[in-house]
Amino acid sequence: MRGQRNTQIIAFLILIALVIAAPGMLYPVFVMKVLCFALFASAFNLLIGYVGLLSFGHAAFFGLGAYATAWTAKNWGLTPEIAILLGGVSGAALGTVFGWLAIRRQGLYFAMITLALAQMVYFFCVEAPFTGGEDGIQQVPRGKLFGVFSLANDMSIYWLVAVIFLAGFFLLNRVVHSPFGQVLKAIRENEPRATSLGYRTDSYKLIAFILSTFIAGIAGGTKSLVFGIATLTDVHWSMSGEVVLMTLLGGLGTIFGPVMGALVVTTMENYLAPFGAWVTVTQGLIFIACVLAFRRGIIGEIGAKLKLAL
Amino acid sequence: MKISRRTLLGATAAGAVVPWARPARAADGVVRIGVLNDQSGPYRDVSGLNSVACVRQALQDYGAATRGMTVEVLSADHQNKPDVGAGIARQWFDRDGVDMIIDVPTSSVGLAVASVCREKNRAYINVGAGTAELTGKQCAPTTIHWAYDTWMLAHSTGGATVKAGGDTWYFLTADYVFGHDLERQTTGFVTAAGGKVLGHSTYPFPSTTDFSSFLLQAQATGAKVLGLANAGADTVNSIKQAHEFGLTDKTRIAALLMFITDVHALGLATAQGLVLTESFYWNMNEKTRAFAMRIKDKTPNNMPNMVQAGCYAGTIHYLKAVADMGVAAAKASGAATIARMKAMPTEDDAFGTCHIREDGRVLVPAYLFEVKSPSESKEPWDYYKLLVTTPGAEAFRPLADGNCPLIHA
Repeated sequence: MRGQRNTQIIAFLILIALVIAAPGMLYPVFVMKVLCFALFASAFNLLIGYVGLLSFGHAAFFGLGAYATAWTAKNWGLTPEIAILLGGVSGAALGTVFGWLAIRRQGLYFAMITLALAQMVYFFCVEAPFTGGEDGIQQVPRGKLFGVFSLANDMSIYWLVAVIFLAGFFLLNRVVHSPFGQVLKAIRENEPRATSLGYRTDSYKLIAFILSTFIAGIAGGTKSLVFGIATLTDVHWSMSGEVVLMTLLGGLGTIFGPVMGALVVTTMENYLAPFGAWVTVTQGLIFIACVLAFRRGIIGEIGAKLKLAL
Repeated sequence: MKISRRTLLGATAAGAVVPWARPARAADGVVRIGVLNDQSGPYRDVSGLNSVACVRQALQDYGAATRGMTVEVLSADHQNKPDVGAGIARQWFDRDGVDMIIDVPTSSVGLAVASVCREKNRAYINVGAGTAELTGKQCAPTTIHWAYDTWMLAHSTGGATVKAGGDTWYFLTADYVFGHDLERQTTGFVTAAGGKVLGHSTYPFPSTTDFSSFLLQAQATGAKVLGLANAGADTVNSIKQAHEFGLTDKTRIAALLMFITDVHALGLATAQGLVLTESFYWNMNEKTRAFAMRIKDKTPNNMPNMVQAGCYAGTIHYLKAVADMGVAAAKASGAATIARMKAMPTEDDAFGTCHIREDGRVLVPAYLFEVKSPSESKEPWDYYKLLVTTPGAEAFRPLADGNCPLIHA
């Protein structure tokens, strides 16, 4: 058990080192995008990997967070940290309602309900005047952190994104390894037994859902500040699909899996862009290869090889 | 054991990132043009690789190499996602030393890239996006908008169709901002020209594929013109179904956003009689035909439409401005390059001589076309009959109505 913790700590240290070193090697805006998606996928992974709930509508929370942050930062001139926090809160508020409705069902029905609710959010965003419809919310100012530090420079906003990512990531990790997380895993393994032990499983599931949607909203809000835009792409169902793919590709129910998955998917989207139509073809082939060859996902396979819980 | 794990993890991660680290290259005297558009999604025929071919043709026709100018063309697929588009634009400017971005269809991506270009002070010629915001509230000193916008389409198709006899209208409208805007704008022009709107149907967007009940409602009103306030696949579907219902016998269909490439995809048998607006048609005059013949072998599947022709014309005009002010000065400031472009009249085979307004709007003439019937068409791609020409000065939204901040400042 002690050895396990040590390797975990080493893995975390490597992650922190990579986050610090990455902007030197890679284009910072690209790394920020990876970090935002990694946080989003980690939040999603809390539900599917540790509670066994496949939410197929997580784009709704991500997108609403993006819209809330973008709108408040642009129209109310809020400082970035408060705008992002508001993004998280709006994600969580929506998550409370959706979660309360959806956790009454399990498995496929749960996925379908979340998908249906997320589609309603999508249509709302298409129609609502404040989202700017097709055009989205454009020219969102990055603003000044705490009203003091300007984030206009890519590197200064990078450190903010890095801190948000690491904080969210460690929060999720803490949750997973807490007694609360143990109960979540018990629910995943056998819900009736968890109920028979006296746990109100619905409350646990709802809390996990709200937590996940809060982090998803934070991730969406951060992304909208980095790029200065919030658009329909963020709430579209294909975004929900993308986060499922990131998590599956990286490794379901592993801490580092979603981060790796986000890195792979975003890299493909970015670096295959010059090849035009080959983006989607290559993505498809890689997914097929992963599903056939690495059932446990990239990190899941590495972890299994090294007998480590990564 | 611990060390080997560590090395393994580190090496995997480092190995994954190292190959992409590239040095920045900015001040090396090479002019770099980035063509950013949809190469895999719904707009790949409207823009896509043909736009890239048109930009390359422009380099050749301008004779960049013989004038001693080194020009590189990069291209990328923005997948119709604003964040992907804005991300590529940033990367092109910061890492690859790109000086000008051209094309960029899809309004959300077009606007996102416009703000990146303004922030980084690089030249931006949008051709593919329809939104009139680019020269309106969100105009920028670094933006030029070529070929068309929604105001121009609504104005030409709405106003000119009434003049050509289609004075009673019925709208089929996609129920989202774009559809409503298009319907509202067109209604304004129809009534201003003395026409009447008899009614409209809105349908849920996206994912409506069955338009039959709406088409029957339209038929029942006896309107002379059915206005399609939608785009892309919806337009194609509604035209096909209107044709199947025999609506086209008595009613003229006005597509408010359609390109020759869409007509080609539909086929003349279905598309005949359709009215639409474009600012370029390859078979217009000697010069456009000459341009089309030069480009034909490089774009084997499609003749250029107004977007692709706009990429050609925009590149030629950009290169002229760069040559005029010197490569170093052009690379230093996108706003200065755009200002120089606005100061010079444009002159090319595709659009002829035009003027660029202070808000960045290129005042190309708008042509209202009717699609020929299969018997009238004499050669491949012989699709359009010219109905009405609106001169460039009247074709676009008046400067004062755009609320472009550059004008008041």
